Amino acid sequence: MKRTAPMIILALGGFVLLVAYFIPYTQGWGEDAALWFDILAAIAFILGGGNLLKIHLKKMSDKVPGWGYSAVCVASFLAMLTVGLLKIGVHPNEQFPDYRWSGTYDQVGSPFWWLYEYGFKPLTATMFAMLAFYVASAAFRAFRAKNFEAILLLGTAFIILLGRTFAGVFLTGFIPEDSPMAGLKLENLTMYVMQVFNTAGNRAIMIGIALGVASTSLKVLLGVDRSYLGSGEE
Amino acid sequence: MYEFFKNLDRRWVFLLMLLAVAVPILLEAKFPEKATGLATAVFTEVENLEAGAPVLLAFDFDPASEGELGPMATAFVRHCCEKKLRMYFLTLWPVGPRMVEDAVARVIKADFPELKYGDDWVNLGYKSGYEGVIKVIVTDLKQLYTTDHFGTSIGNIPMMEHIQSVQDFDLVINVSAGYAGTKEWVQYASTPFPNIRIVAGCTGVQAPLLYPYIPSQLPGLLGAIKGAAEYEKLVLDKYGANHPVRDADGNPVLDEDGNPVIPGKYLEGIRRMGPQMVAHILMIMLIIVGNVIYFVERSREGR
Repeated sequence: MKRTAPMIILALGGFVLLVAYFIPYTQGWGEDAALWFDILAAIAFILGGGNLLKIHLKKMSDKVPGWGYSAVCVASFLAMLTVGLLKIGVHPNEQFPDYRWSGTYDQVGSPFWWLYEYGFKPLTATMFAMLAFYVASAAFRAFRAKNFEAILLLGTAFIILLGRTFAGVFLTGFIPEDSPMAGLKLENLTMYVMQVFNTAGNRAIMIGIALGVASTSLKVLLGVDRSYLGSGEE
Repeated sequence: MYEFFKNLDRRWVFLLMLLAVAVPILLEAKFPEKATGLATAVFTEVENLEAGAPVLLAFDFDPASEGELGPMATAFVRHCCEKKLRMYFLTLWPVGPRMVEDAVARVIKADFPELKYGDDWVNLGYKSGYEGVIKVIVTDLKQLYTTDHFGTSIGNIPMMEHIQSVQDFDLVINVSAGYAGTKEWVQYASTPFPNIRIVAGCTGVQAPLLYPYIPSQLPGLLGAIKGAAEYEKLVLDKYGANHPVRDADGNPVLDEDGNPVIPGKYLEGIRRMGPQMVAHILMIMLIIVGNVIYFVERSREGR
């Protein structure tokens, strides 16, 4: 039953969505199934939060190497959750001044807003910005013209890197716009690479993926592939 | 010299990258921009709308990609305001509501205070479910959105009266940093319902994956900060002087040439192209140096 029930739910949901796409009469069924999905997705946040706590609290109690990071993670999670759920420091909505919790959790000036603005926002932006340093270092160490394919990749990278900035316009600015050679201007070459080679390659990959997804989905819906249920061992 | 580069500590690379980004920022280096076909297509899609047309702005990004997508979000909102379009904001990302609020504070509240919440713009906020949300709202928006972001009932918002689904919007503008984003909007909105028109702005890494949908499923696309700069240029060329920087008395501040000074927030994309250009040139130089070392080493080893 532990494995049969999820399989039935999955097959039912999957086939309803599939049928709803092709038969207009059943379109409403598909909409209902999609709505259930949205409700489940909201509930999944509770499961996700519980799982996060479980994993990190275990790491802390076992004192595994790096358990301090888990402590920071749990503390941050609980702090954001508490100030957000309890709407600490939030002013009531102007329409409902008598109801203390009628304001939004992320109101400007509230503790949640403060943690977001001065904690979450700069930290995530910093993490993303650091990519520039690592990409530069990796390019210096690993981007080698070792064979023909690598040379093609390098050439394309140079065209795109230059063509996506004013440097490209400057370097090939001597070619007149209306000349037959205008296609060789770096900004035009960039567009050509993106719209022809990139699009053709990506379309081929996408069609391949779509066929793979269709066959895998059918296997899952028909109960042939049950790997998503796990091994059944705790 | 060869030995120095061969054993170059990566901290030198980090320092060079820091300088490549910091110097153009400090010198306020700006370079001319020329709009490409895709940016022009996005601009034209918005420009062709009549005043009062409903437009859905889906801001599916977070602070991590704000550096890349914030300027285009600002430019989109400004363009919609200048065109007097009715703006409906929503997001499929949990931190998206803050991105919406930031863009609203930067543009609508600062420069278009005459626009009234509920009549000219509304923030529908975040709903969980990723593409599941799109699948529902393409046929019935009110099934999921019963209130706006601030808890006001949809029934009490005048501009929601004639909106039943995403199909009622004249245009969907999506600013996307990944999943769920433009790909999902195309797959679940504009593909099954070709009457839904979508234009998008996305991060650099996402752009190549979205080109296959151009032009029938996605008429226009702004790729990364370059796309934002091009779009900004088009908006500035048409509406640049409408909201200049003003002094304490409310008079427009003029530059040395007598032209009104444009607020920096409307030039962020163009401004950020300076550091990007120098960083790209540095990357190319690093790759060339790395390859010179590789070939010298290989010839010395007799391979």
